[in-house]
Amino acid sequence: MKTEILIVENVTKRFGGLTANENISFSMREGEIIGLIGPNGAGKSTLFNCISCFYNADGGRITFKGQEITRRNPESICRLGIGRTFQIVRSFRDMNVLENIMIGAFLRNPKRKDAQAKAEEVAGIFRFTDKLSVRAASLTISEQKRLEVARVFATGPEVMLLDEMMAGLNIQEIRESVELILRLREMGMSLVLVEHVMEGIMPIANRVVVLDYGEKIAEGTPDEVINNEKVIEAYFGQKYANRREHKTRLQ
Amino acid sequence: MKKGLLAFLLLICVLAVFPLFLRDPFVWHLLIMIMMYATMSIGWNVIGGYTGQVSFGNAAFFGLGAYATAILLVNYNINPWLGMLAGCILSVGLAIIVGYPCFRLRGHYFAIATIAVGEIMGLIFTNWDYVGAAVGIYLPIMEESFANFEFHSSKIPYYYIILIMLLFAIAVSYAIEKSRLGYYFRAIKDDPDGARSLGIDIQKYKMIAFSISAVLTSICGTFYAQYVLYIHPSSTMDLMMSIHLCIIVMIGGIGRLFGPVLGAFVFIPLMELTRVYLGSEGQGIDMIIYSLLVITIAIWKPQGLWALISKGDK
Repeated sequence: MKTEILIVENVTKRFGGLTANENISFSMREGEIIGLIGPNGAGKSTLFNCISCFYNADGGRITFKGQEITRRNPESICRLGIGRTFQIVRSFRDMNVLENIMIGAFLRNPKRKDAQAKAEEVAGIFRFTDKLSVRAASLTISEQKRLEVARVFATGPEVMLLDEMMAGLNIQEIRESVELILRLREMGMSLVLVEHVMEGIMPIANRVVVLDYGEKIAEGTPDEVINNEKVIEAYFGQKYANRREHKTRLQ
Repeated sequence: MKKGLLAFLLLICVLAVFPLFLRDPFVWHLLIMIMMYATMSIGWNVIGGYTGQVSFGNAAFFGLGAYATAILLVNYNINPWLGMLAGCILSVGLAIIVGYPCFRLRGHYFAIATIAVGEIMGLIFTNWDYVGAAVGIYLPIMEESFANFEFHSSKIPYYYIILIMLLFAIAVSYAIEKSRLGYYFRAIKDDPDGARSLGIDIQKYKMIAFSISAVLTSICGTFYAQYVLYIHPSSTMDLMMSIHLCIIVMIGGIGRLFGPVLGAFVFIPLMELTRVYLGSEGQGIDMIIYSLLVITIAIWKPQGLWALISKGDK
């Protein structure tokens, strides 16, 4: 079994009286794809922000490669090797594609020439080679999301946290994202994906963690999770869950 | 960029030989003021343009440069060039003291904080007897020489000194644009959280930008003190000066290498000429005219005048 690269233990995050994450634990092995799903407001993005240290968790421990990172800051997390994207696209709008990727590449290549070479290489992987001098603001949403992943990839992470990369994309674009994610895994990346698009995430995730109202309600392989009572209840409501249970009993 | 570079080289050549042909002290004075403001505006552009942190306190650095030079010279007989160095060190110190808490503020709040700092510095110097309080300081007349940084028979040496300072500022700005620093500054301006997620310590880089800005402004303060030989708080630490720097950069082209230079060439003559010709017509006509200009440019070319010349460049 491969080593555990990221361990989240009992993470709790409160905003005033609202508990956005309560006692959430999961761990990720090297080269895994973990899907983080749950209804809107379940606390997925909060958990992301805790792992990437944009928020500091109120309780619990987050360990990356044996090193505790719970109370660090976002920039040092990136330097350690955890890269993240945002739910709302955050590309540098006034810069072109190459420059956007270069900002990421500068982290490990302080010289401009090296950063540019690295950025061009990354642009190739993410199919941006013919769009290097296009301003980020004039890319489509799907391209901007891909650019954001490219930018993070250029910082040389080992773990990537991708927040709703497939939201708002069409079927063709979803298929392309799925291919891209698999490609990233082949290159040795471990990934946590927050996703609402089930047809995108379910086929590729090794394991799925389900959150609801800030708590973890299920964890397992995609197959286990879709048949989990609690998950069905969270997504479709108790009525449907009861009816479904009744039906299976009749059969 | 090619066309811009060509225009720039042409400008430098013209500036370099200009005094040989036009022997009018007023025009020299005007050009000296233009170049001094251009240098400071380039400094402002580093923090306000590239990094996107609007500062209305840069006059404090100008004042520190001027006062450090004057006081060291008057009280301790220390050479103005060393005074310039002292001014730079003090200015960077102030930039760090101000930046450390203020860069935690986002957007407009940083701008407001810098207004406060600029005004506080002005008030301190207006009421501090050791630095001459509101009366200011007269610098001693010394023998004309480059080492003494004083020339009385002609403005030409000042002209070339400030030209060299301007070239230095342009070189610094160019080096920033072409290095990691410049990319990081622009990333911070565009999206601070995005920048942090890519491993950029935004606090540190804002501080670096502010310090560079402070140095480029402070050396102009030293120059001004040696040029006019009389400084007082309202001529060196005025909020209006900080605002002018901001306007010059906006007019010329914010975040562009030559934007501040172009802005200074448009704004300073306008300011000086309206003051010379209209200033006596009643207070404020000059202000009305240049306000109109600023409004016109803001509506018609929000990217600044440099965008007209560098059309086609990104």
